[in-house]
Amino acid sequence: MDNEKRVQHLVERLGYIRDIFGGKHNENIELLATRLAEFSQRDTGAQGENGPALATLEDLFTFVERKLEAELTPMDKVRIVRHAQRICLRDILENVYDNFTEIGGKDEYSIDPSMLIARAYITRRSGKKTYHQPVMVIGQEKGHGEEFRNGGSVKPWGNAKALHYMKVAETEGIPIHTYVFTPGSFPVEDYPGAAQQIARNLYEMAGLRVPVIAVFSEGGSGGAEAIGLADRRLMLSHGYYSVISPEGGAAIEGRLRHGQRATPELIEKCAQQLRITAADNLRSGYIDHVIDEPPLGARPYHFDFFRTLRQEVIRATDEVLLGVKGFAPLRAMALRRRRKTADLDLDSVYVRWSLSSSAKDRLVARRQRKFLRLARAACKDRRPVMRKAASMWWDMWWDVYSTFKYDLFRKHQQKIAYVLEEVDAEMQVLKEKVLKPWRRITCALPGSGGACEDTARDLTTLSEWDETEQRNGNWSYVSPRAKQDRAITCPNAATHGCLDLWAPDLFGEFAGVCTSCGHHFPMEYQWYLHNVFDEGSVFEFNAEVEAANPLSFEGFDVKLDQAKQKTGLKSGCVTFEARIDNTKVVVAMLVADFRGGSVGAAEGEKFIQAAERAKKKRYPFLAYVHGTAGIRIQEGTNGVIQMPRCTIAVRRYIEAGGLYLVLYDTNSYAGPVASFLGCSPYQFAVRSSNIGFAGPGVIKETTGMDIPPDYHRAYRALSRGHIQGIWDRRDIRANVKQALLTMGGRNLYYR
Amino acid sequence: MLDVTKLLEEIKASPYEEIQVVAPHCGVVTFGDLAVGTRVRGVSGMWKEKPGTLLATIEREHNKKPIHAGEKGEVTSIETSLEGRFVEARTPLMVIRHFLSRDEVLRIILQRTLNLFNAPERAKYYFAPDVDKKIKASGSRSVTVHDGMELFIMSRMKREVSLGYSGPDGVIYAVYFQHNENVDAGQPLIGVCPQEQLPLIEEVVARVQTEWEERE
Repeated sequence: MDNEKRVQHLVERLGYIRDIFGGKHNENIELLATRLAEFSQRDTGAQGENGPALATLEDLFTFVERKLEAELTPMDKVRIVRHAQRICLRDILENVYDNFTEIGGKDEYSIDPSMLIARAYITRRSGKKTYHQPVMVIGQEKGHGEEFRNGGSVKPWGNAKALHYMKVAETEGIPIHTYVFTPGSFPVEDYPGAAQQIARNLYEMAGLRVPVIAVFSEGGSGGAEAIGLADRRLMLSHGYYSVISPEGGAAIEGRLRHGQRATPELIEKCAQQLRITAADNLRSGYIDHVIDEPPLGARPYHFDFFRTLRQEVIRATDEVLLGVKGFAPLRAMALRRRRKTADLDLDSVYVRWSLSSSAKDRLVARRQRKFLRLARAACKDRRPVMRKAASMWWDMWWDVYSTFKYDLFRKHQQKIAYVLEEVDAEMQVLKEKVLKPWRRITCALPGSGGACEDTARDLTTLSEWDETEQRNGNWSYVSPRAKQDRAITCPNAATHGCLDLWAPDLFGEFAGVCTSCGHHFPMEYQWYLHNVFDEGSVFEFNAEVEAANPLSFEGFDVKLDQAKQKTGLKSGCVTFEARIDNTKVVVAMLVADFRGGSVGAAEGEKFIQAAERAKKKRYPFLAYVHGTAGIRIQEGTNGVIQMPRCTIAVRRYIEAGGLYLVLYDTNSYAGPVASFLGCSPYQFAVRSSNIGFAGPGVIKETTGMDIPPDYHRAYRALSRGHIQGIWDRRDIRANVKQALLTMGGRNLYYR
Repeated sequence: MLDVTKLLEEIKASPYEEIQVVAPHCGVVTFGDLAVGTRVRGVSGMWKEKPGTLLATIEREHNKKPIHAGEKGEVTSIETSLEGRFVEARTPLMVIRHFLSRDEVLRIILQRTLNLFNAPERAKYYFAPDVDKKIKASGSRSVTVHDGMELFIMSRMKREVSLGYSGPDGVIYAVYFQHNENVDAGQPLIGVCPQEQLPLIEEVVARVQTEWEERE
């Protein structure tokens, strides 16, 4: 490298340091700048003369970089991963893999240039043999600031492309390496919809039958989860993995209105409190291993780093495969030994990257168990030890009982039942023949004709609207708002000409529905508890599981206590068993009144337990979303990890033959919709509800687009195919009944 | 015949519209801190989703309802004597003076002078071949139309039907549809004016375009 190039390189390094510290450590930066300027003035161009001076200058840069490395704050790391000089996926493809072909579009000629897919291979030499091991590489591409890459913010169709190629990899039986380089998903609701597509990705990844290794550099919430549900999750030491960007967190914490900007101090504090760094995530267990980067983060010229990265992804893939393969003790031992030593050369140990069918089953089961074990300690469970033990025994009893009842007894019982049915049908025909003369006589008698006529009419004419379904406005629970003596204006009054409604009528008899246009005013969650399910049939479980403050987020304890006091609940998720027209169901309800219905570790855990319970008891599982604002940001990654966890629980339940129904009400946004709610095959919404990924404010801020006022309406979600129907609140009971009879699930007890 | 010059003079003499804000229903009115001379905003936003300035609130049965300005302008009078009092529906509350913009003036003039021929149903429209040829050669204003004349071809889902013009005779002053684009039912296709008024209208439009002063 000639002097000019080396100097130019130093100029770039200086600019990088300046950028990532955002105005801090000025004295060090000034020192480097002065030395560099002095050198440039002195530089006469003769290479031999200035060579040693330049080498000294380079050493000084390295020294200062090492010194500053120790002082990096979480926010500095955020600036590092966002910097245009940060390594990107193309650098990794070029330096980590031995050969690759980009598929699914190239550069700007792609359905979404921010999602990059490549078929690559790694070459290993074991003894005299050479092996080419193919992998599917999927990841967000930031492209060193190329504008069309959209900063790695993937649109819904980009995630759909990723899913398509994951399926291709599954068909071909090759491992998948995903690289997470995203600040978050692009929050638009155009088909397939940001939330809906992430939910689909998560659902499919939960059961993908090939090894998946994820490497996190910039893990921004939902966008990261779309390709991040993996058997091994590695993280670059200067990366971040968070539920929300520090700026977004600061805007929520500082209660900033539209257009206001948070102060740098507040953003810095939020970055600190959200625990977003690799070390934090490793401690919490959401990351399996951290890959060390050079001081101040890896850049494209750090070739040693790429070598380390190559070894790490190979090792992770080998470990996953050997973990589920039948017999490979020596190689497993070799891998373990190499973990302890710094010397990594996995190219010489050959592990075949394919699995037998049973090994694939083990792989999926292991992945699911791994995620279900996470974040359990992040919520409080105040049950005494005896109660916990009792509940554990009860669970085990249900395991045994359901295996006996449904797996053993039911199979034979069904055979007997079929025979009995056949015999019974034959007997009916015989009975009809024998009794016919007798019936003719009894029908002819006076006073007996009415019944025959009624039956005949019932069977031959069309049925009528069942007035009893809507109870004629006599509801079991009446909202306290019905006690106010005031009139209420319907929000559609200007366009639909609705008349004012008197609160006692509206919230009492009308069940919060405008009589003119049918607009549904939000109702309390108790209304549904009492009016949808059979009277007195609701039995709550796991009520003691309590939302906590696992990150000790400043001021959040007080807010949680306030929410608990206000609602009388311990978390935002209420799980219970209930009956609808004598059909038993397990219900998980997200309550909008408890911190906006946000989902944290406690809510996730309760949801998972409810799904497990429904699976054991063979009951249908209904998720009623009274409202949810998304993942609880104050719990950081403890919250965001609930997306894959709950999706896995739901997938296990559906695959076990259950019926999973989701019913959205009021406002449902972000993480939960983009995971365990959005993945349900049967989703419905109550009228006038809103469903989406990000609210209008966030969409405006991130995309710069103005969105129409009806952007998140349930009808849009219906026309996009996200939900299957929109229900009137007064008909929920009848519609759930109908859904239970007509939809999904082969293992339901009442079928 | 309509006197266009007189119409323009009329508009010039009072270049604004006086919008009377009335109570939408009975109730107790509060005006807030609005004063005479205050400038108010009308409905705005791409989807008209942002309401105009809050003018007053009216409360009926403990239900406070805002009254927003529908157009931008200046408040010229407020019935302050009604502050805090019960009013009947349709009681005038205030007057907003809305100054006409250039487009609004043109719209008023053209509405009064042109005869619009509307699309009978949603379809694509084309001129009949001979008319089309003439328009392409020497502009739409060279075409004289008369009642019953076969003027358009209405094309929808590969079904093509010829459509006759009905209305007063005259020349085509303006064409409102685009080639190969659907027109909704009830939308204007062409504006027709009598032959002798054509130069007059053209002159007035040119004058409005150059001379009309837009005021806030």
